[in-house]
Amino acid sequence: MKEVPDAIVCEGCDAVYHRVRLRRREVSHCARCGTELDRHAGDQGARVLPLTVASLILFAIANLFPIVEIELRGLSSETTLAGAVIVLGGEGMSVVALLVLATTILFPLLQLCILFYLLVPMARERRPAGFGVLVRILQSLRPWGMIEVFLLGVLVAIVKLSSLAQVVAGPALWAFMVLTVLLTAVLSFNPRTFWEMAFEPRPGQKA
Amino acid sequence: MNEREAQETETAAQLGLLSCHHCGAVWRDATEGEPCGRCDTHLHRRKPHSVQRTWALLIAACIMYVPANLLPVMITKSLLGTQYDTILSGVIYFWVSGAYGLAAIIFIASFLVPLFKLTALILLAWLAPRHSDWRRHERATLYRILEVIGRWSMLDVFVVSLLAGLVRIQGFAEITAGVGIAAFGSVVVLTMLASLSFDPRLTWDSKDVMEETEPAHDMPRGSERTA
Repeated sequence: MKEVPDAIVCEGCDAVYHRVRLRRREVSHCARCGTELDRHAGDQGARVLPLTVASLILFAIANLFPIVEIELRGLSSETTLAGAVIVLGGEGMSVVALLVLATTILFPLLQLCILFYLLVPMARERRPAGFGVLVRILQSLRPWGMIEVFLLGVLVAIVKLSSLAQVVAGPALWAFMVLTVLLTAVLSFNPRTFWEMAFEPRPGQKA
Repeated sequence: MNEREAQETETAAQLGLLSCHHCGAVWRDATEGEPCGRCDTHLHRRKPHSVQRTWALLIAACIMYVPANLLPVMITKSLLGTQYDTILSGVIYFWVSGAYGLAAIIFIASFLVPLFKLTALILLAWLAPRHSDWRRHERATLYRILEVIGRWSMLDVFVVSLLAGLVRIQGFAEITAGVGIAAFGSVVVLTMLASLSFDPRLTWDSKDVMEETEPAHDMPRGSERTA
């Protein structure tokens, strides 16, 4: 088994291409099926770590404070994301509760923690323990974090309630909005880059 | 034109190369199932049993699609009585009360997108093992669209969860989640898993490539061959 350097195989149709060094902001696509082949990483490597830290802080705010509060005839009620999950679990909807817990809290948090854990030692050109497993987990979590869908859900829920009661946005709502923007930037970081970062400076090293 | 393109492009399978789906490294002389020399992921020419897995998940999703649309997803108890809402009755409520934009968002995310995903995946999974060259380019685009839009169907699950957690004013207004939302959530997860297990490369494979790359002992494929 020998590695073929400078080759890219299209994931969409198996076509083989010669790898070309991309310039800034360039993205290459497969000529046959149009799937994205490669993307210039830019200075992402340097930007992702601070963005990850900022996302972790916002994540904490978004989950500790109530998202919305409703007032109806002097009575009020508010909820955090975890609060909604607990209510669902208590109502016998534990499958839905687990699904919401996983896609909005567990998976995004895990993604951010793994990124943080990997990026801190990588900045000093060191590979932390469990590197391979963690990058693989990061890759497979990618489709399952759904903070941005949740944000749209919150907005729909607010509109839905506005005819029924008075709705007051909580601090977590703003945190979720900023978090969505930050996560889009953080998660556009392709975990594959880790393998290139880990291998290109020291080509002789074995995994 | 599609046929000519397909003949001109050299694929990894034709050249005897294996690419790692995880880290992207390309290997020569690697055997099926061997771990990648860079990241240790098992190398496969195509996702193993892709079509069978996709079909299994699709059938499960189709079955769950029925209760997801018929059973109530949200139960509202107010002074005026108890109201049971299904996904479509929620859309109709918004439409009638004049919130056309919101009605459209929910109708698209909760009704059209899952239906579109199911039909599109059935089409892809039906044509791929038959090595059909019908509109290959459009089918590749269709698959990429599926990957992007699939997650947005979770919208209704989040709306109902949040409302159930929030609207809990005893006697005045109480919202609880209905069984329908569990069925609906499972449709979303099942279709996402189905599109992840479908291998888009199968769309482009010609018959001879597939016969070379899939070892006969790997799976019984008598029925596949007659098709």
